[in-house]
Amino acid sequence: MKGSEAIIKSLKDQGVDIVFGYPGGVLLPLYDVLYDSDLKHILVRHEQCAAHAADGYARASGKVGVCIGTSGPGATNLVTGIATAHMDSSPILAIAGQVGTALIGRDAFQEVDTLGLTMPITKHNFQAMQADEIPGMIKSAFYIASTGRQGPVAIDLPKDVQEQEFEYKADFQIDLPGYKPTRKGHPGQIKKASNLILKSKKPVILAGGGVVLSESSDELLELSKLIKAPVTTTLMGKGSFPEDDPLSLGMLGMHGRKVANLVVDECDCLIVIGCRFSDRTTGKVDEFAPNAKIIHIDVDPAEIGKNVDIDIPIVGDAKIVLTSLIKTISKLKEGNPGSTKEWTDYISDFKINCIPRLSFDDVPLKPQQVIKEIRDSIDYDAIVTTDVGQNQMWMAHYFTSKIPRTFLSSGGLGTMGFGFPAAMGAKVALPENDVVAVCGDGGFLMVCQDLATVREYDIPVVVCVLNNRYLGMVAQWQKLFYDERMSHTHLGEVPDFVKLAEAFGVRGERVEKPGEMKETLQSALKSGEPTLIDVIIDPDEILPMVPPGCGITEIVGEYKVEREVPGEIPYRAPHKEKEWE
Amino acid sequence: MDEQRTHVISTLVLNKPGVLQRVAGLFTRRGFNIDNITVGTSEQENMARMTIISKGDEKVLEQIIKQLNKLIDVVKVRDLDPENTVKRELCLIKIHAISEKKRSEVIQYANIFRGRIIDVSPETLTVEITGSPGKIEALIDLLRVFGIKQIARTGPTAISRGTLD
Repeated sequence: MKGSEAIIKSLKDQGVDIVFGYPGGVLLPLYDVLYDSDLKHILVRHEQCAAHAADGYARASGKVGVCIGTSGPGATNLVTGIATAHMDSSPILAIAGQVGTALIGRDAFQEVDTLGLTMPITKHNFQAMQADEIPGMIKSAFYIASTGRQGPVAIDLPKDVQEQEFEYKADFQIDLPGYKPTRKGHPGQIKKASNLILKSKKPVILAGGGVVLSESSDELLELSKLIKAPVTTTLMGKGSFPEDDPLSLGMLGMHGRKVANLVVDECDCLIVIGCRFSDRTTGKVDEFAPNAKIIHIDVDPAEIGKNVDIDIPIVGDAKIVLTSLIKTISKLKEGNPGSTKEWTDYISDFKINCIPRLSFDDVPLKPQQVIKEIRDSIDYDAIVTTDVGQNQMWMAHYFTSKIPRTFLSSGGLGTMGFGFPAAMGAKVALPENDVVAVCGDGGFLMVCQDLATVREYDIPVVVCVLNNRYLGMVAQWQKLFYDERMSHTHLGEVPDFVKLAEAFGVRGERVEKPGEMKETLQSALKSGEPTLIDVIIDPDEILPMVPPGCGITEIVGEYKVEREVPGEIPYRAPHKEKEWE
Repeated sequence: MDEQRTHVISTLVLNKPGVLQRVAGLFTRRGFNIDNITVGTSEQENMARMTIISKGDEKVLEQIIKQLNKLIDVVKVRDLDPENTVKRELCLIKIHAISEKKRSEVIQYANIFRGRIIDVSPETLTVEITGSPGKIEALIDLLRVFGIKQIARTGPTAISRGTLD
């Protein structure tokens, strides 16, 4: 068997049926085998989109996404996508071609140190120097990518290794002596946590992306009901808990819901699940949850205590740990029901007084109104992806998600250009679900060439470009913190996004007034065609936020709420002491 | 609590290309300092032992160990207890010494420190010494007056005492 044949066989053995890629000189042997293979290949128009599409595929389906790029610039173009997946623990396999082994190190044409480049942005990476290493390498790559704390794996594949003949042995074993992820939580720690939770009068649960990745949303809901604790999420945790539930607080952090930020400040016990305490979530670390004992459940021991000091750490897979935790608490609760009723009543009052206002008649459109109409147009199992910036934070803040893996966003790396190709990958993974990408005009333009891909392969995603002709988030910071000196954030008056779509043979629509979004989006989804909707929005709309370096209660900007005359928010200022009986 | 201490971290790693880069890259990227690193084969086939000397408080040390453990090619990580660890370094010192008097003084010093003369030329003597970094420093200080031409040090490597892991 040839190395290139072994790659295709090994991918198929892992259950891969589709890959996103872009060929090149050193990948000719691999692509020659792909030509006759039933492994489906989607030719993207930029390698970055291959990586984001594989990432979107992985986030939507839970399976490992695969992307392929050639050596040199192919590999460097993959880098942004790999780093994006790494920051958000998304399981992808990136295969990059490499110059022949005899040329490595000689600065050959299209040679780059892919191994060195991808080392800090992958969970692990490999270089195949002999064809017989390939089957074990690919099996290991899938195992590493999809277990423990998930993440991207890269394989560097020299051209001659793809051409080399070797004897394929079906009964090979993989040996990873340095890789043994912890799955079960320590029973002693679970007991301690259970006791603390039951003693707590004001518990809050913070759910991160780990809940989505470990498929433990049901357990999260069960725990929340069992101990009557409200649930807030990080950006990556969005969808892990139904946001229309009375116990949902919405997203926490710099752009979080007011109720979430203030309630976390006040709680006496914070149960954090699958979350790495990003600065965007915690704000000023010293002032984060000052009154709370913190329980941290995470599969990655290195996340415990990295950014925030933890009182009770539990290392393990969230699903397994939550199941044990629920069991232990239920048992302990029998003799001591405890009550957080006072706390949950307080939170209900709190929530009613700061439900953000979504309905606006204004022209140009307010993003809240657009998001409301998007929500009204699609089912809860529809997948939405966002780009990065204001569009992302508006979506995170105002859009109600209920189901895990339906809200896909680049959290950690904050990669502009993520939304559209990720939507493409998600649609390929789950063709039955509606997929809508909500992008800004800046981010979308970074990846707009892949309109060709959705057209050529008939991938009917709908891209809503929230068009304010600004790099909105940077502009927002300039308005708030840099004396309105709008340095290089205005994008000018081009392109005409409708014409741009049409140039690629993609349906193009424009939305300018309230009511039009719902109608246009619904007919776009019904058409079964890829569609771009150019949504003209108000460039002056600002999302209230917590300035960098401040505690998460210090929200600036006008927080528009649903009630015309909101009642007094019953927030009780925190006592900054960490006393607990 | 925030006391800076020097730690000796002993790791068993797969003896594969790129492992040193993975470990060194981790220290650079996470802002951990690395005072010294020694690498060599170990008692186990296909595995190398890397001994890393690093300064930091307890929190930093905890992160270093956890992050090292995350590397797929790192099999075992131990923070060696300074009370129960033997630490040794090898040092080669080339001294400019022509006169008979100077030469015999250098040889005497080397003997006191249980060093050996491993190379002699008409103009130089080379001393080999092993020991704790402190002992090596002391000899270097003594020899400085003669005119040291070159020093090559391995940096300390370490092993736990007795049956400790």
